[in-house]
Amino acid sequence: MAGLSRRSFLAAAGGLTLAGGLSACGSPVVTSFTGGQPATADVIFWHLFGGGDGANMATMVQQFQKRTGLSVEATLLSWGNPYYTKLALSASSGRPPDVAISHLSRLPLLAEAALLEPVDTRRFESVGITQDKFTPAAWKKATVGDRVYAVPLDTHPFVLFYNVALAKKAGIVTSNGRDLQPMKGKDDFIAAIKAMKDAGGQYGAVCSITADPSTCWRLFSMVYAGLAGPIVSDGGTRVTIDRGAMEETFAFLQSLTGKLGLMPSSSTSTTASTLFSQGKVGFLFDGEWQIPTYRGVKLPGGKALDFNVVPFPALLGPKPVAYADSHSLVVPKSTARPAQRETDAIRFIKGLLDESAIWAGGGHIPAWLPVQTSRAFLKQKPQSNYIQAAFHAIYDPVAWYTGAGSDFQTAMGSVISSVLSGHTTPKGGVDAMYTSLKGFSTARPPV
Amino acid sequence: MTTSALAAPATGAGTELRAAGGRAPKGENRAGWLFATPFLVLYVLFLIGPVLIGIVISLFNTTTVTSGLGSWVGFSNYADVLSSGDFWASMWHSVLFTLLTTPLLVLLPLLFAVLASRMIRHQWFFRLAFFAPYVVPSSAVCLIFAFMYTPQTGLVTNVFGWLGLTAPNFLGSTSGAWFAVVLLTLWWTFGFNFILYTAAIQDISEEVYEAASIDGAGPWQQIRSITVPLLRPTMSLVLILQVLASLKVFDQIYILLAGGPNYSTRPVIEYIYDTGFTSYRGGYAAAATMVYFVILVAVSAGWILVRNRRAAAAARGETSR
Repeated sequence: MAGLSRRSFLAAAGGLTLAGGLSACGSPVVTSFTGGQPATADVIFWHLFGGGDGANMATMVQQFQKRTGLSVEATLLSWGNPYYTKLALSASSGRPPDVAISHLSRLPLLAEAALLEPVDTRRFESVGITQDKFTPAAWKKATVGDRVYAVPLDTHPFVLFYNVALAKKAGIVTSNGRDLQPMKGKDDFIAAIKAMKDAGGQYGAVCSITADPSTCWRLFSMVYAGLAGPIVSDGGTRVTIDRGAMEETFAFLQSLTGKLGLMPSSSTSTTASTLFSQGKVGFLFDGEWQIPTYRGVKLPGGKALDFNVVPFPALLGPKPVAYADSHSLVVPKSTARPAQRETDAIRFIKGLLDESAIWAGGGHIPAWLPVQTSRAFLKQKPQSNYIQAAFHAIYDPVAWYTGAGSDFQTAMGSVISSVLSGHTTPKGGVDAMYTSLKGFSTARPPV
Repeated sequence: MTTSALAAPATGAGTELRAAGGRAPKGENRAGWLFATPFLVLYVLFLIGPVLIGIVISLFNTTTVTSGLGSWVGFSNYADVLSSGDFWASMWHSVLFTLLTTPLLVLLPLLFAVLASRMIRHQWFFRLAFFAPYVVPSSAVCLIFAFMYTPQTGLVTNVFGWLGLTAPNFLGSTSGAWFAVVLLTLWWTFGFNFILYTAAIQDISEEVYEAASIDGAGPWQQIRSITVPLLRPTMSLVLILQVLASLKVFDQIYILLAGGPNYSTRPVIEYIYDTGFTSYRGGYAAAATMVYFVILVAVSAGWILVRNRRAAAAARGETSR
C-alpha cells in the first residue's frame, strides 16, 4: 500500500471511471449526461400492460425478436396518469423510447405538443401501413388536425356480457339457444333485464359503479352518445352539453338502479365480478378486457360459467353506439434518433400488427384489417361477436385533459356514480357535470 | 433557570472565543469560504436557482410538454391558484395531516425515549428497534402497508376481525385512508424524533439525577422535574421540525392512496405534482408552489418571532431578578 499515494489512487480511480463510461457510450448513465437517447437495444419500447395483456404483449415481442433477430427492450410502466406523465416528459426532454403505446383518447395533447412523429409518411407506407388497412373509426381518431400520429393496434369497446344459462331460462335467446334475440331501443333492453331478473333472482344486471369512475363514464358516454354530440368542443375550451339529452340519459340509467330495481345501486368491481361469476346475475356491463377474468370460472355448483359477449343494442338513440378506446403505437419525436433506429421502430410496429391475433386473446378487436378478417381472429369467440362495435366506436371528446385514466374521467365518473347510486337527481347531475366541466374548460390549456 | 442550563456550555464557549480573538483572521476567513464552497455551489444550483426559475415561470404559461417559457400571463396564474377550490382543499389536507400526526409524533417518541433510557439492560436493542423503520425507503414502507391494509386478506384488516371489530375501508373511504396513512407515518418516522430525544436525554448530566436521588426524589419525580423540563428545548425543536415535515407530506399519500379516494386525501405537494407534471401546466404549478412556499415561510417566521419574544421576556425576567 505504501507505494500508492492518495493522489495516484484518485487519478487511477478517475481514469477507470472515465474509461468505463467511454467504453459504453450507449449506456443509460452516459446518455443521461450527454443528453442522447440510450441505446441498450435495437428498439426501446414502453407500454402499460400488466396481467393477461402484459403476457400477450410479451409473447408478441418475443415472436418479433425471433422472426427478425432485432433486440427489443420492453418496459412496463404504471398504467394511467403516471405512464402518460413519463411518456410526455421523456419526449419533451428529447430522450423518449423508440416506440410507445398510447391510448387514442390520450393522443390529442401528445400530438398538439409536437411530441410524436406523424405516421402518414412514406416510410410507414413502404411497409404497408396505410389508411385502408385499419378500422376507419380508429384511424380517424388517430388523426389530429390533418396528420395521423398513431398506428391503431386495437379497439376495446364497452360491451354486454350475459350468462347463457340464465338467458335461456329467461327466454330471451334465439332458436339456437345461445344468441340473444335482437333488441331495439330501451324498452326491449329493460324487458330483457327484467326477464333476467325473474330467471336469476336478486338482480337482472350489474355494473361496477361504486368507486369506479371510469366504468361509470363509459356506461354514461355510450348512452348519451346515442342522443347528442361531444360534451366539450373546440379542443375542450367550450362546454357543449345537451341538457335535455343528458337529463334523459341520467333518468334512464337511474331508473335501472332505482325505481325498476334491476341493478344494485351500490356495487364495486368486486361486487360485479362476484355476482356475475357466481351466476347470480344475468347481465354484466363492462369492458371486453374483462373476458379473461371470467374464462374457466366455475359456478358454485361446479359447472363452468357459460357466458357470451355482444355489443350493446341501440338504447335511447336510433343507432347502436359503442363507447370505446384504442391502444395504438406511436413513435415519440427525437431529434437524435438515427435513421436505422427509426427503420427498426417501424418494422417493430408492423410486426406487432401482424401478431395482433395474439393480442385479441385479451378480448380486443384488432384494428389491423388483415388480422381482423383472418381466420385466426374470426374463430376466436366471443371476440369476433362484437367486431361491429369497433366500427360504431365513440371515443372521449377531444381535449387536452380527456382520455383513459385522466382526471377528467374521474371527475365525470364521480358525478355519474352519484346519480346512479340515487344521491343526485338527473337534473342535479346535469348541473354538477356542467360545473365540473367549467373548471376544465376554463383552465389555461398547456398546448 | 432550567432552560439555560442545557445551552450554557455552548454559548459560553462561543463568547470566550470571540472575546479572545476578535474577528477571525483573514486567511481563516478565506479558508472558511473555501470549505463552504461545495455546499454553496450545490445550494445555489439546486435551491436558489430553481426558486428563481420557479418565480419566473409562474408568470408565464409554461408547460412541461413544450420548450420555452410560453406566453406571458402576468399574475393570472396566482389568481387562478388562489381561487381554485382544489388547491385550498389540498392545502387543508396537508394541514389536517399535520394536525393528526404532529401531537402523536412529538409526544409518543418522548414517552418512549424516556422509557428506553430507563432500561438498564439491552438499551441498544430498544433504540435500534425504534429507529430501524426510519431507514426503510417510503416506497417499501407503502408496499408493505398496502398489503396489510388490503380488504378481506390484509393483516391489519384481520386483526380488527380477531378483536370482533369491523375494519374501516382503509384504501376506499376517506376516514379509513387518513387512519391508514397516519398509522403508517407514525410507525415509519417515529424513530427520527425518538433519536433526537434520546440524544438530549444523554446530554443531561448524571450528577443532576444523583443530587436529586440524594434529596430523596423517586424515579417518577426525577422524570417529571428533571428529564422533561431539561428536554423542553429539544421538544420545541422536534415540534417545529415535525410541523414542517408534516406540511410537506407527499410520498406516503401518493404511493399508498394516490391522493384518493376521489382526491379526498391529496396533499398540496401532490396537487402541485398533478397539475405541473400530469396536466403539464408548469407555470400554474410554479405559482401554486410559490403560494405554498410563502405560507411555509410565514409559519416559520411566526414561529421564530414567538420564540424570540419569549426568549426576550425570559431575559428581562432574569435581569430584573
